[in-house]
Amino acid sequence: MCLGLPGQIVDVDGVDAHRATVDVSGVQRAVNIGLIVTEGESVSVGEWVLVHVGFAMSKIDEEEARQTLDFVRELGSAYDDEIADFGRPTG
Amino acid sequence: MRFVSEYRDPVAARALTSAITELAGDDSFKFMEVCGGHTHTIYRHGIEHVLPPSIELVHGPGCPVCVIPMGRVDDAIAVAEQPGVTFTTFGDMMRVPGGNGTLLEAKARGADIRFVYSPMDALELAQANPDREVVFFAVGFETTAPSTALTVLRARDQGVTNFAVFCNHVTIVPPLRAILSSPDLRLDGFIGPGHVSTVVGNRPYRFIPAEFDKPLVTAGFEPLDVLQAVAMLLTQIREGRCEVENQYSRVVRDEGNPRALEVLAEVFELRPHFEWRGLGFIVNSALRLRADFAQWDAERRYEVPGVRVADPKACQCGEVLKGVIKPWECKVFGTACTPETPIGTCMVSSEGACAAYYNFGRLHRDAAVSLGRKG
Repeated sequence: MCLGLPGQIVDVDGVDAHRATVDVSGVQRAVNIGLIVTEGESVSVGEWVLVHVGFAMSKIDEEEARQTLDFVRELGSAYDDEIADFGRPTG
Repeated sequence: MRFVSEYRDPVAARALTSAITELAGDDSFKFMEVCGGHTHTIYRHGIEHVLPPSIELVHGPGCPVCVIPMGRVDDAIAVAEQPGVTFTTFGDMMRVPGGNGTLLEAKARGADIRFVYSPMDALELAQANPDREVVFFAVGFETTAPSTALTVLRARDQGVTNFAVFCNHVTIVPPLRAILSSPDLRLDGFIGPGHVSTVVGNRPYRFIPAEFDKPLVTAGFEPLDVLQAVAMLLTQIREGRCEVENQYSRVVRDEGNPRALEVLAEVFELRPHFEWRGLGFIVNSALRLRADFAQWDAERRYEVPGVRVADPKACQCGEVLKGVIKPWECKVFGTACTPETPIGTCMVSSEGACAAYYNFGRLHRDAAVSLGRKG
């Protein structure tokens, strides 16, 4: 119930400003975007949002998403060792 | 799946656990998470078993289904059994036992009780069925409450009169304070609730470092998110810092969601006190509809018994919810209390610590024990 899923906007309703169609892993559903649409700022097709109980809670910031993964890669030697181990044949 | 799969990369996970092991060194740490979603992720991905044994993850009262006392379930059933009522609820509430059984059992006896994914589905049901009175069982922390609020506002704006909300929304800060003030528990830090934080931001947690000297890192829900949050907590401790940090920056903004906070304030007010299963009565910890929205408030439209029902003697949900005992330490875990025959809410909700452990954790633990490591 508390789970939120990332989904991509595939359509924005022309009539109801609070309604968009979101694709979550291939399944499409109408989602209410009333919590993330403020004056002058809407959503665009292709943007990613976090969906919870049929409402978009937040836009997913792709730059931040990338930086979170970069943090791990910057662990440096631990990550490189791991990649090396992963590729090393047994014995 | 984008924004999910990348955060499950096992190579990255092992790099993080190496970093964590190095940071932890010879010391022991106990970190608490307060979100059912984190409990679920931790058990499902066996996170405790990739962490060094010196790091213990404790599950706090983060499952809003689990903290609903039995008497409130009875109240829900009383509303559902009113003539003309179509009672709608999230799936997890269907099997929570009250003093007189579950909503599912009431449905079997003939009450019109239906599962919905979204409060908006309940409103649409009301609009499609003007001869029925549709009631929505609103459960959840600040993650879910704004969605209920927007639904009530839409009901008002569209003149829907056959719709009401049975409000059981709770707020995150008071139980955090109750846990921190409890003498039973010694914690070294918190993994902050990622989705509550999309609404409230990171600032409400500042009292934790300020008054209680514990760091908090708001975390996402994939394995890398949780591991990174643990690494960030340990880094703070090693560097002598104590602050609120945000690991889930791709979704959580420091200021939260201003529109969500606005609709919360417009539609809801704080109840002076509310009973939490396992934690007792907590002041200013739950929401109810403001007087302006009385006509959409199920508690004002229908009679509810309002009886306080004590937990069964065997039930130790309270201790599990406070993180004082682990699921397997409960005397009825896995025997009298299973997902098929739950005694308490920790076992009913899929995010409850006991259900999560039962479904995902036991095999890991058995394997860990047989390998000679701490379970």
